[in-house]
Amino acid sequence: MIRNIPLAAMVGLVFTGFYFAMAILAPWIAPYGMAEIVGDVWEPSSPEHWLGTDNIGRDLLTRMIYGGRTTIFIATVATLISFCTGAIFGFWAAVAGGWVDQLFSRFVDLVMSIPSLILALVILSVMPVTVPVLVLVMGFLDSTRVFRLSRAVAVDITVMDYVEAAKLRGEGYRWVIFREILPNALSPLVAEMGLRFIFMVLFISTLSFLGLGIQPPEADWGGIVKENADGINYGIGAALYPAVAIATLAISVNLVADWVLTRTTSLKGGR
Amino acid sequence: MQTTKNPLLQVRDLKIGATITPPGGRPQDIEIVHGVSFDLQKGRVLGLIGESGAGKSTIGLSAMAYGRGGVKITGGQVWVNGRDILQTSGSDLRALRGGEVTYVSQSAAASFNPAKKIMDQVVEAAVRQGKFTRSAAEKRAVELFEKLGLPDPQNIGNRYPHQVSGGQLQRCMTALALCPEPDLVVFDEPTTALDVTTQIDVLMAIKEAIRDTGVAAIYITHDLAVVAQVSDDIMVLKMGDMVEYGTTEQIITAPREDYTKALVSVRSIDHQEKPAEGTPLLRVEGISARYKGTNFDVLKNVNVELRPGQTLAVVGESGSGKSTLARVITGLLPARQGRLSFDGRVLSPDLPARSREDLRELQMIYQMADVAMNPRQTVGTIIGRPLEFYFGMKGDEKRRRIKELLEEIEMGDGFIDRYPAELSGGQKQRVCIARALAAKPKLIICDEVTSALDPLVADGILKLLLNLQKVEDVAYLFITHDLATVRAIADSIAVMYKGEVVRYGTKSDVLAPPFDDYTDLLLSSVPEMRMGWLEDVIANRKMESAGH
Repeated sequence: MIRNIPLAAMVGLVFTGFYFAMAILAPWIAPYGMAEIVGDVWEPSSPEHWLGTDNIGRDLLTRMIYGGRTTIFIATVATLISFCTGAIFGFWAAVAGGWVDQLFSRFVDLVMSIPSLILALVILSVMPVTVPVLVLVMGFLDSTRVFRLSRAVAVDITVMDYVEAAKLRGEGYRWVIFREILPNALSPLVAEMGLRFIFMVLFISTLSFLGLGIQPPEADWGGIVKENADGINYGIGAALYPAVAIATLAISVNLVADWVLTRTTSLKGGR
Repeated sequence: MQTTKNPLLQVRDLKIGATITPPGGRPQDIEIVHGVSFDLQKGRVLGLIGESGAGKSTIGLSAMAYGRGGVKITGGQVWVNGRDILQTSGSDLRALRGGEVTYVSQSAAASFNPAKKIMDQVVEAAVRQGKFTRSAAEKRAVELFEKLGLPDPQNIGNRYPHQVSGGQLQRCMTALALCPEPDLVVFDEPTTALDVTTQIDVLMAIKEAIRDTGVAAIYITHDLAVVAQVSDDIMVLKMGDMVEYGTTEQIITAPREDYTKALVSVRSIDHQEKPAEGTPLLRVEGISARYKGTNFDVLKNVNVELRPGQTLAVVGESGSGKSTLARVITGLLPARQGRLSFDGRVLSPDLPARSREDLRELQMIYQMADVAMNPRQTVGTIIGRPLEFYFGMKGDEKRRRIKELLEEIEMGDGFIDRYPAELSGGQKQRVCIARALAAKPKLIICDEVTSALDPLVADGILKLLLNLQKVEDVAYLFITHDLATVRAIADSIAVMYKGEVVRYGTKSDVLAPPFDDYTDLLLSSVPEMRMGWLEDVIANRKMESAGH
């Protein structure tokens, strides 16, 4: 099993695993408290503070670890919400056709016609900005994209003879969607999931950077960029760490998704 | 098979390999043709015959030093006009392809560029190779259109590919291949996708064109009766090996190898028709149907009956409405008019309104077994689902029944955990049969179930279906375009043409004269396994039309 993993996937797995482990183990491995002020403003890296300190003297490594926890957790949950709703409604629209399809598809068109960041900002400015609200708003806004993809994939699958055979047998929507269509639509969905997860990371980071995401003193990668952005003017690189973290997470998650994709395209059931 | 000093095409110990990458595994090299040799003289036609996977197309394409997909020529020599084309490359090879050697593919519809006019595509190679000027090439193309019997040869080149019929397009492609005055044409299953009534015209056109232009040809097909009409020599291939190589007459009349004998005697199942008695199981009364958004009927007042345990064959060419009839009976396409009754009760025209009992007793088997099975389900799940769904079977009981069914379709229970991708074409179709049988149906609709299979495999499937009919007493509605299949399996026959049943009755009545015009045309178009059949048929038809 391990031997069959290609190098790229291995790299992706190592980095993804590293970030997820950090996120889960944050309270035990972070050297200081999350909002604890432990030094001067923007200290350079030293044996006490590996990555230095931030704009008000908190340990940057600690902030990064806790920030990763928030960012990854929110992105994961939002991606799951977006996929569950998007895929189920997309498959349903494809299988049912007719007015059900029209209703869902036109509604999704309506939502998609408004830029999602603007829409999110509008919704969040009237709602209390808590983690559940954030996750739900991000998940549902993003599910429109997943709906489009899964409907397109499922429309091709519903015309296959084996789906017709299932209908002739008298199967209901549940069997058709989850047993006939889903396993065959998995490959494009998994590929999309890797991409969507990264968009979620960017989305939540953008929101935090604009001040409508995670509220201080809670840390997240977008927030850390915002807090330390001014430092760049003085040659302080603190804002670059979260940027590097977002970039490496993005690449490694997609390397893993690519690998899963090649495995699921095997028709011998290697999913 | 006479050998002179300078054959046009000389193939020596040709070996062809391919690189396959099993999912999740490392790429592997496999050999698909293991050393084949033959000669082809100027003006002669060599038929390559074999089942799918025998390597016949691959060998044909090697005459152009071309390997399709991941296929590459790994060894041997291919001499065309005295030079080894496997050693040439670049511009020499380009001059050869489309100039000295040309190619006619199976599906003209997929091979023509739909955005360009036919004439532009027919003359393209000839002009590009510098053999003719554009106007000379067009003149030659019109001559070829005329020779190939295309209607309105002066203007047909101005049409787009979708504006001519499938048979005409196939002839256009032959014109395309002959236009640059090649020395050799490779015909790759040129008539396989056509109806029998169209096939005969294309076949004759190709044969006359080969004779008149004096080119040599390689004719690839899986149908021995077809190749017997056009070729001088035949090479029989199996799994990349040459089985037998001889003149057409010798192969047809005195085959030496067992495999060739089997190919020659295929479709010789003898089926005694059962008497038409008892109350009909299925009654189709005055059915008319049309597809949504169209304003013409694809089925017009169809009336047929099927008795329990018997087989009704519905015959016709593509577009005759035979598959639509199946869709109406299954309820996928509700009829516009008419009545369906099944086992004494009225069958609702619409699928969702049917009871589970109705659904169970009426099963369907599809033409393309690969897409009729979910590639993500094991054979056990595929066959087991109807058992679970209709009879509530679970666990051991279900597994036992699946094994019984696998026995019935003559496949061992070792297949139970395999995925469809791990089965051969014939095995896939058998699993589909088992899935239908699992529901214990009274009627199975078989929609072209053998058309996508090699002749010997198709024969096995037909024999299996006949045996199962005896054991399970199930009735078949057998949709096919192949009259040999009909002879092998039917008790009664309905001939369909343009949505109407033009002839209907017991097998012996339908297949005995006097015929109506269409049935006569259909019956006389089925290739027979003898030389000179094509000429006889064409001569007969000319005489008849002269008599009228």
